[in-house]
Amino acid sequence: MSALTVTALSKAFGGLHVTRGVHLDVQPGERRLIIGPNGAGKTTLFNLITGELTPDSGTVALFGRDITRIPSRRRPHLGMARTYQIITLFPHDTIIQNVSLALLGLSPLRWNPLIDMTRQGHIVERAGEALARVGLGHIADRPLAQTSYGERRRVEIAMALAQSPKVLLLDEPFAGLSIDERRDVHQLLMSIPRDVTMVMIEHNMDVALEFAERITLLHFGEVIVEGTRAEVVADPRTREVYLGH
Amino acid sequence: MNARFAALTVALAALATLPFWMIGVYYLNVSSQILFYAIFALGLNVLVGYAGLVSLGHAGLFGIVAYALGFLLSDGWGHPAAIAMAMAIGLAGTAVFAALSLRATGIGFIMITLAIGEILWGLAYRWISFTGGDNGISLHSRPAPFGYSMASPYTFYYTTLIMFLLTVVAMAIFVRSPFGAALRGTRDQPRRMTALGYHVWAIRFWACMFSGLLTCVAGILFVYYTQFISPQTVALTSSAEVLLMVISGGPATLLGPIVGAGLVVLVKTVVSGFIERWNFLLGAIFVAIVILMPEGLVPGTLRLWRLFWRKQRGARTEAQP
Repeated sequence: MSALTVTALSKAFGGLHVTRGVHLDVQPGERRLIIGPNGAGKTTLFNLITGELTPDSGTVALFGRDITRIPSRRRPHLGMARTYQIITLFPHDTIIQNVSLALLGLSPLRWNPLIDMTRQGHIVERAGEALARVGLGHIADRPLAQTSYGERRRVEIAMALAQSPKVLLLDEPFAGLSIDERRDVHQLLMSIPRDVTMVMIEHNMDVALEFAERITLLHFGEVIVEGTRAEVVADPRTREVYLGH
Repeated sequence: MNARFAALTVALAALATLPFWMIGVYYLNVSSQILFYAIFALGLNVLVGYAGLVSLGHAGLFGIVAYALGFLLSDGWGHPAAIAMAMAIGLAGTAVFAALSLRATGIGFIMITLAIGEILWGLAYRWISFTGGDNGISLHSRPAPFGYSMASPYTFYYTTLIMFLLTVVAMAIFVRSPFGAALRGTRDQPRRMTALGYHVWAIRFWACMFSGLLTCVAGILFVYYTQFISPQTVALTSSAEVLLMVISGGPATLLGPIVGAGLVVLVKTVVSGFIERWNFLLGAIFVAIVILMPEGLVPGTLRLWRLFWRKQRGARTEAQP
């Protein structure tokens, strides 16, 4: 059974057809890369998969279960997590509080107005573990406002990993990182075990190509080419659309 | 932590012994007013400070419970039953208020709450058979639970103080709780919160209900204090006054709305005895706060205090070598 299946997905904003009959079939444990020029509809595709946008037609299925009509807020509970291209964190909190919120989101404790959040040992512990995994364990109590851009990228990933997702959607995880930071994040992503299926949007080809087994090329909301790394790189349409030469 | 504990002890002792050292009954009554307005402001702060939802209709909720209580009492109900029923009506009103207002956030939320507040004011003014119109409703007695009459300013002060302390404790627990953290999350990153598995609308709805609960408690204390309710209480200026308490004191802080309530009530009652144009003074104070400490009196004072000590310490270390 596929981990993530997208069937004939379409979305238009007025006359602008941003997603046109997209098919996507990602196997469990697969690392899939989605590439395409600016405005190809990559992030829109993510927003449709996570339910932040409602598709005009088509379906999204997670491990064979049709989730097209399931509200966005339920999908993390089914094992779907995402990171954002534009960093979307909680600016007034510390790093560990950010990650704790991610854990709390899947816990029934989130409705409890009577207990002390800082005394929820298992949440604090698991948040610490997630931070250690991304190499931020030593600055867990630092306010987010005092962290660097590269550290925030890793907090984004830590929050997604903390939820122990089955399918992880990464929207340009290397955007705006220095070469060193890029290498660190790359190593981090490579270390994620195979029970997590990953779909990644990325512009940065040198790191991204190494990461992916299969690549989907989007252009004007349509899938132009799909195949293994070698197939897509060798395809003349890829060169024409994306590589530009 | 120790300084904090000491300050808390002193504040509690001062509040508990206030009737014994406060000069005159008039100022005791002003203190009672500050306390129940502080409950009201703390209630509004749940939305303004922690949920990022600015309501301009809270005087309407305050009015619903006040009018309900006034009407039930004049209809011959006993105090306990009337209070319970008024609370139920107030909370039901809050639920409707929340369901309507939460169709939007930001400016939209403000405008819907403003509209609901105006509708309730219109009802209070025009539905004469129920509200008495401009003449309002007068109460003839205060309750006397277990033979403990609240008719005197002293007993009323202590009742208000107990309710106030309960509110402060409830707020302190709420702010540190997972639900409190989730609410602040919906203020800062609602989209992210949805993607993390939170039901943003429901979180906001329950925050409205908590805010409404405190508003209702304050409303009941208010009616028993003044023993009179008129459309003036429900008007937009009342909503704005409470909002002013929250913003001037410092939204999203525990102490801020309390200090703000103290400031506004003092200017309104005490200072207005000396300065006829007290509204002007209140406006001037507010402008000064916005310019000098836009984050509110409490966080602003803390900031200046820290700055002062850092400078002092800096001067000392410079002087030493």
